[in-house]
Amino acid sequence: MALLKANLIIDDEWTRIDDDAAIVPNGPVIVSLARWQRDRAALISRLPHVGLMLRSDQPPTDAAGDIARFGLIALEFPKFTDGRAYSYARLIRERYGFTGELRAVGNVLRDQLGFMQRCGFDAYEIPDGADARAWTAAFGEISVRYQRAADRATTAIVLRRETLETRGAFPDGDSVVGMWAY
Amino acid sequence: MYRYDEFDHALVAERTEQFRGQVARRLGGELTEEEFRPLRLMNGLYLQLHAYMLRVAIPYGTLSARQMRQLAHIARTYDRGYGHFTTRQNIQFNWPSLVDTPDILEALAEVEMHAIQTSGNCIRNVTADPYAGVAADEIEDPRVYAEIVRQWSTLHPEFSFLPRKFKIAVTGSPHDRAAIRVHDIGLVLRRDPSGAVGFEVVVGGGQGRTPVIGVTIRDFLPKRDLLAYLEAILRVYNMLGRRDNIFKARIKILVQSVGGARFAAMVEDEFSQARETSADLPAEEIHRIRRYFAPPAYETLPSADFSLATHRRAERDFDLWCRSNLAPHKQPGYAIAVISLKPEDVPPGDATADQMDAAAALAERYSFGELRVTHEQNLVLPHVRLDDLHAVWQGLTQAGLATANVGLVSDIIACPGLDYCNLANARSIPVAERIWNRFRDLDRQHAIGELKIKISGCINACGHHHVGHIGILGVDRKGEEHYQITLGGDASETAALGQVIGPSFSSERVVDAVENIVETYLQLRSAGERFIETYRRIGLQPFKDRLYGSAGKERRHGAA
Repeated sequence: MALLKANLIIDDEWTRIDDDAAIVPNGPVIVSLARWQRDRAALISRLPHVGLMLRSDQPPTDAAGDIARFGLIALEFPKFTDGRAYSYARLIRERYGFTGELRAVGNVLRDQLGFMQRCGFDAYEIPDGADARAWTAAFGEISVRYQRAADRATTAIVLRRETLETRGAFPDGDSVVGMWAY
Repeated sequence: MYRYDEFDHALVAERTEQFRGQVARRLGGELTEEEFRPLRLMNGLYLQLHAYMLRVAIPYGTLSARQMRQLAHIARTYDRGYGHFTTRQNIQFNWPSLVDTPDILEALAEVEMHAIQTSGNCIRNVTADPYAGVAADEIEDPRVYAEIVRQWSTLHPEFSFLPRKFKIAVTGSPHDRAAIRVHDIGLVLRRDPSGAVGFEVVVGGGQGRTPVIGVTIRDFLPKRDLLAYLEAILRVYNMLGRRDNIFKARIKILVQSVGGARFAAMVEDEFSQARETSADLPAEEIHRIRRYFAPPAYETLPSADFSLATHRRAERDFDLWCRSNLAPHKQPGYAIAVISLKPEDVPPGDATADQMDAAAALAERYSFGELRVTHEQNLVLPHVRLDDLHAVWQGLTQAGLATANVGLVSDIIACPGLDYCNLANARSIPVAERIWNRFRDLDRQHAIGELKIKISGCINACGHHHVGHIGILGVDRKGEEHYQITLGGDASETAALGQVIGPSFSSERVVDAVENIVETYLQLRSAGERFIETYRRIGLQPFKDRLYGSAGKERRHGAA
């Protein structure tokens, strides 16, 4: 798999460690939730150079107390139709205050990148040989954001309010006075 | 009516271009059908038994005359000259070609329409009371909130790959014309004791193979919390809804498995934790959108009209049409006129391009350029002056749209059935046509009164048979088309699921069975009692006795 981050295909400096394998002596490692829970005492000194991998049936609530301390969290999409990780991603960013790399792994498709980015992902495992330019073009296809999300993009509601406040009136000349209360 | 601003326009235009690129990648072989499938479904494009089908969203069933003309244009240019209005207030085109679909979407965008999220496991087109804004019994216009929900749910990054499809309906009236209690979420505008307006929130209703009446999880939700609360419901569902079995994946199964009270507590917990980051709904956005739904410039008119009374006395056909096809308007001197899309020998909900143009022309001339689509697959002219009704009826008659059967036995909901759909076990439309013919005498239909027959060709229940006063379900019995009948279903504020009356009927016998049920009702009803009321009073047994003889009853008593 290739790693797409900040619109570039980059080398992956993280090593994924199987649950039964020995932990490599140095360098950043990604472990499963089970491994983290089992070897937490040994791994904790290596933070933030430890990454956590969550399956789609493992909500981040299972590791809530530690989430913000990891250097990387990888969320799995076993099938692109399994959308649980979109919610997990928002919780990880918005509720648990995670600021490290949030990586989408598994069945990651070009036409889902925009949704993933909005939910807080910033790194994507994509098929080897994928055309980075074609894939990154997906981010710019839709510019309008109707909802708040983890990307903190300015929403249409906010932009509309700014326009109305500047104008002081609706396009038809109607006053905006009194419209700020329920 | 809502009008797109620069943001709405930009989104739909960008989405159309995105889909054009996806279609090009599919046609060029860059995408396999398997990879393309979710992309086309997110844009309303299905592959049916014979061809592609494009489902176009008509948000909350409101249409301008200009939009209706564009639908007619699409039907003529890219299809076979007709379209099919659905039980979700959408329109389907049954014969578009893949290569044309980006152009169709572009034509839709020109008139501020799209096909986004009319399919797929996402939040589908939001539906509403077809009499919204004009109903005499309304608290507030639900379309304001339906439009807010439409925008919030459009390309929602978190909720585009849910366990299963998700349908939201909104009503502003205590009389439910939007089937609120059989939706994934139903929103009912209510007043609290202080007079403030908010929402009752109903969750987990649905039809399909596991029909469920939804449960209320919030009696009163303030308007400002609407989107945050919806987001909490959707997040709980997205994380916990079943994904291992497509038949257990709807939110109703989750609500049933944890229980309504526990589900409500989970939503409240998520809602309180997510307040800072979830969707906000500032008062000014409600205000901005409400402006679009301001009432048109009604004239001050008397509440009765002399010429209308004269025409009704003179012309019996017109009088019958007035009796069944009109509903009370909140503005004195106006009526809501329903255009029946259930004439003889036409699949329920179908309209030709010429009929669409005719309806648009009548809307322009007599109804402030506005039309509605109902979930019962009819159209509505929402604001017609009483003294224009006769002219409207004449115009409809010319277009073959003046069938006087709204709410009556021949105003049947039916899914496309085996004639079009690859899921169906049996045909629906021919059964609807045969029932129509059996009850073709309009006087008899009016004497029978309100009676809702709903027909589905399989247990997915697209024809809403669970909530039909008489529900008919197509089943496969040893390779033959058979029909199971249920009685007592109701989609209104007194929502109920129909009860199976007994063994299924062959295709030859099903229409006789319906007639026998109707005859039983006519014999046993009290004065002024509707079918559903009689059924509730006397129960299933008298109908059973009539259909199957008393043998079944005796056998049961003998066994007991």
